[in-house]
Amino acid sequence: MSEALIRVENIHKSFGHLEVLKGINFEVHKGDVVCLIGSSGSGKSTMLRCINLFEQPEKGAIYVNDENVLESQDVNYYRSKVGMVFQAFNLFNNMSVLKNCVIAQKKVLKRKEKEAEEQALYFLDKVGMRDFAYASSSTLSGGQQQRVAIARALCIEPEIILFDEPTSALDPEMVGDVLEVMKRLASEGLTMIVVTHEMQFAKDVATKVIFMDKGVIEEEGSPEDIFTHPKKPRTQEFLRKFI
Amino acid sequence: MFNQKFFATCIDIASKYHASLLLGVRVTIMVALTGTIIGLALGLLIGGTRAIKLDIQASSTSKTIKKIYDVIATVYIEIFRGTPMMVQGAFIYYALLHVFNWTPNVAGTFVISINTGAYMSEIIRGGIQSVDVGQVEAARSLGMSSMQTMFTVILPQAIKNAFPAIGNEFVVNIKDSSVLSIISMTDLMYQSSRIAGSTYHFTESYFVAACVYLVLTLTCSIILRHIEKRMNKVATSIPQSDTTTESQKIAPKSEKKQRVLPKRRKK
Repeated sequence: MSEALIRVENIHKSFGHLEVLKGINFEVHKGDVVCLIGSSGSGKSTMLRCINLFEQPEKGAIYVNDENVLESQDVNYYRSKVGMVFQAFNLFNNMSVLKNCVIAQKKVLKRKEKEAEEQALYFLDKVGMRDFAYASSSTLSGGQQQRVAIARALCIEPEIILFDEPTSALDPEMVGDVLEVMKRLASEGLTMIVVTHEMQFAKDVATKVIFMDKGVIEEEGSPEDIFTHPKKPRTQEFLRKFI
Repeated sequence: MFNQKFFATCIDIASKYHASLLLGVRVTIMVALTGTIIGLALGLLIGGTRAIKLDIQASSTSKTIKKIYDVIATVYIEIFRGTPMMVQGAFIYYALLHVFNWTPNVAGTFVISINTGAYMSEIIRGGIQSVDVGQVEAARSLGMSSMQTMFTVILPQAIKNAFPAIGNEFVVNIKDSSVLSIISMTDLMYQSSRIAGSTYHFTESYFVAACVYLVLTLTCSIILRHIEKRMNKVATSIPQSDTTTESQKIAPKSEKKQRVLPKRRKK
């Protein structure tokens, strides 16, 4: 088995007295699509935010390419290697679609305007949003905004992209568009960790599914293991609600 | 009181003393404009830096420096918002008269600038708070530093959100610069007092002054509202605010967005 891209070891995280993560361990390899599933409040999003250092865990380590990022000195550099797509899209409201994709390339990767624009247009094309490059980001529909957000994350060429419930804020018709884009990226070998409630997506696309409950990993395995032969009663109970 | 003779005297004063009135208007506008611009610059600097949150990973030295800076900024803001500008004007003018040897007009501009700076800091801080945290997280997730995030993503949106309040500050300065006539800054109020003193038509003179002030503030309000409308047109889906005073635009989508309601000052 190849070297793990991300290795999460014994992560503990509390908010005040509430312990949200109680010792999480898992690995992500290059090219993996890891889906984190579980009910709300089980700690999935918090786990994801720990990987991006938006939350500082009290205990544990997160190794990326064998380097503990919790002790990392250059947080900004590290974050540029780990893209993130949010539930609420979070496109920059004061910029056009193109500028949204260009700004970080210029500020972080120090690319020239022209090069950054070409890169941005390439990825906007990939998510099917090239025609909207000069539109104001606030005029787009939710599904369109989320696709731009994916392109924006891709533009800085991260090694992995974290998706935090990317389709939860979308209406059902638009969910398909976004999932389609994500599927295509997965098939092209992009490493992803996806927090999602889209069980069908997890079933079809994931290389590994992790079921979290009350701050611990209850069960993990291939989609088949989890969806067709779940072992733990809690997993079975959770999945029954989706069938 | 408001009989024909009253208005005739008013018109008389306005035409006879229009030169000094216009001189006053010029000083008033200059002082208000300069004060607002310098105040805004101060506000951006102080409000912006005060709102920067240091990373958890930041060194303890920079955390201490930030803390001291925050205290100093707070003291400045509270002092200038908590005392009347009239008192500030008189005190600062005489206190620093021997240091700078300045004219009342320069001193007045100085006072109105730092006074406005205190209010602007709070307006900008409010504007920054009205920007969704998601914007910050998105920028940081792309690897942008807190400074880069502040200046390319947050402040442009904060200024836009706070624009009505910023414009309002200018209108307020047009009126409130009148208190600086106490240090004989030669603004409209000062000129009116002189006219009143030499004609003995006190009511009429101040009535004329009031009319001129009203024309000035109304014109500015209209211009500001126009600018605001045009700003909104650029980003089509942002709902428009109804007035320039205390109202705020709420940016699209995010329901969590707070309003920016800076405390209005009473002189």
